[in-house]
Amino acid sequence: MALTALCKRTDSATVHHGYMRYDANSALAVEATGLIKQFGKTKALDGVDLAVPPGRVLGLLGPNGAGKTTAVRILATLLRPDAGQARVCGYDVLRDAHQVRQLVGLTGQYASVDEGLSGTNNLVMIGRLLGIPRTQAKVRAAELLERFDLTDAAGRPAKTYSGGMRRRLDLAASLVGRPRVLYLDEPTTGLDPRSRTDVWLMVRELVTDGVTVLLTTQYLEEADQLANDIVVIDHGKVIATGTPDELKAKTGGQVLEVAPADPARMPDVAAALAELTRAAPSVSEHGDRLTVQVADATLLPGIVRELDSRGIELAEFALRKASLDEVFFTLTGTRNQP
Amino acid sequence: MTAIATVQTPAKRLSLLTGLSNTFTLTWRSVLKIRTNSEDLLGLSLQPIMFLVLFTYIFGGAIAGSTHKYLQSALPGILVMTVIFGTLGTGLMLNNDISTGVFDRFRSLPIARWAPLAGAVLGDMVRYVIMVGVTLGFGMILGFRIENNPLAAAAGCLLVLAFALAMCWVSALLGMVIKTAQGVQTFSFLAYFPLVFGSNILSPTQTMPGWLQAFVKVNPMTSLTDASRALLIGGPVASSAWKALAWGAGIAIVFAPLAVRAYRRKT
Repeated sequence: MALTALCKRTDSATVHHGYMRYDANSALAVEATGLIKQFGKTKALDGVDLAVPPGRVLGLLGPNGAGKTTAVRILATLLRPDAGQARVCGYDVLRDAHQVRQLVGLTGQYASVDEGLSGTNNLVMIGRLLGIPRTQAKVRAAELLERFDLTDAAGRPAKTYSGGMRRRLDLAASLVGRPRVLYLDEPTTGLDPRSRTDVWLMVRELVTDGVTVLLTTQYLEEADQLANDIVVIDHGKVIATGTPDELKAKTGGQVLEVAPADPARMPDVAAALAELTRAAPSVSEHGDRLTVQVADATLLPGIVRELDSRGIELAEFALRKASLDEVFFTLTGTRNQP
Repeated sequence: MTAIATVQTPAKRLSLLTGLSNTFTLTWRSVLKIRTNSEDLLGLSLQPIMFLVLFTYIFGGAIAGSTHKYLQSALPGILVMTVIFGTLGTGLMLNNDISTGVFDRFRSLPIARWAPLAGAVLGDMVRYVIMVGVTLGFGMILGFRIENNPLAAAAGCLLVLAFALAMCWVSALLGMVIKTAQGVQTFSFLAYFPLVFGSNILSPTQTMPGWLQAFVKVNPMTSLTDASRALLIGGPVASSAWKALAWGAGIAIVFAPLAVRAYRRKT
């Protein structure tokens, strides 16, 4: 049966890396079809499909309240969907919940460590709950604390930890059982840039070790940095899927940035760009440049000539790929404000 | 090291033994938290001391004519009161675990579904043992004397603890169905105050109005206090002890499944 092959664990890999590898089968590590979940009158999920191949990172992207966390909670067996199916390594999250729980690790806004216990005791407790003998659980805890740079704080209660340390302990806690699939629910929300980069680094290491990751985030940069594939959801519906590059290409493709030397000429530049690209230019945050989506790069020479003939001197004229922020804006019609 | 490739398939279900082992791990967690949280430990010890001092010296003279005489009959009841109020902690802790997300982590682990609840309740038993110890110890400093044989006195303490074990589930249910910790506290006090004070713990019942006497008579706290008194300072035990045990069993039979159900439904 496919699932046995999929969830095969080669212990040689465990010996080398401490994590299990997937068998190179093409079956999916996480698969959801038509998930529906309603809370009162709000449809948190309205027919969501997800598919994560083994060893890949799927970024689930969406604004606050889009349904990201609901989806993760269903996939982690914490919540029953009203309709639809979800499988992890071939195990149904409803029918085979106990098996699923043996395969997944959960870190996020809502699954957290015990603040009254020390870092070590938090990890030992989880190890014991997973049936690891006491001495081995202690070894495993020390190993993880070391890896997540928490050895110095190991004996302190978690409530004395900084936000970044707590998140790292949280991540460590979800790894005690060497999960094959890891759910990271907004793993860096509220972290400073330095701690965020740390978490990213750790996620990349896990992926190298063969762990499949489903990551929810409202930070486009995070999805861009970590995810192989992205699913954008809004109001409980999938509104776009693809690799980060595909998504960028799908919506507008490239962006032209123009800054006139004289800021007073901004309106003239805007008029010229609108005329030539047939798209609405938008003004940058500082009000000193215009960006406009261009579907066809061959328009550029014409734009340069036209601006020149109107006597507009340019300080900047650049063509670049659309950022995920712009993609997100195009897709959801709202500025993403983390 | 020789590498042997094996296929490890996740286990299909959980044995009762694993469930018990999960429970003990979570009990260990609770005990560890009492040990490391000095405020909690201090509060646990101060509450019975406060009850003893207040009630003995405020009511003692008025009700029994002498504080010593009052203490003899009140302490077994204050023991009940202390431990019953102590069970409020169960609900608060569960509520806290739920709102901080600790329970979600437990629920995402392949452990027995009932283990976190059972672990919390068992862990709290340790708190009650501490409370009973402090009440008796400090009571003796104030002049309380056990007038029965030690075995009977021990049975009295065990009876109170067993009853608390049942009341834990009431608290656990409140902790889960009420959203905020604040709400749990308020509602628990609303439920517990009449139960604890509407009894014969603090004063004889003869002067109470008829309706209240009727309530006091059926109140399980009264039977429990009667039994606790009889076992600590002597008197007829059997009927009140049986009544208290029956009440305890009844409460546990009703509320434990309700609490487990509320816990399962918790999303």
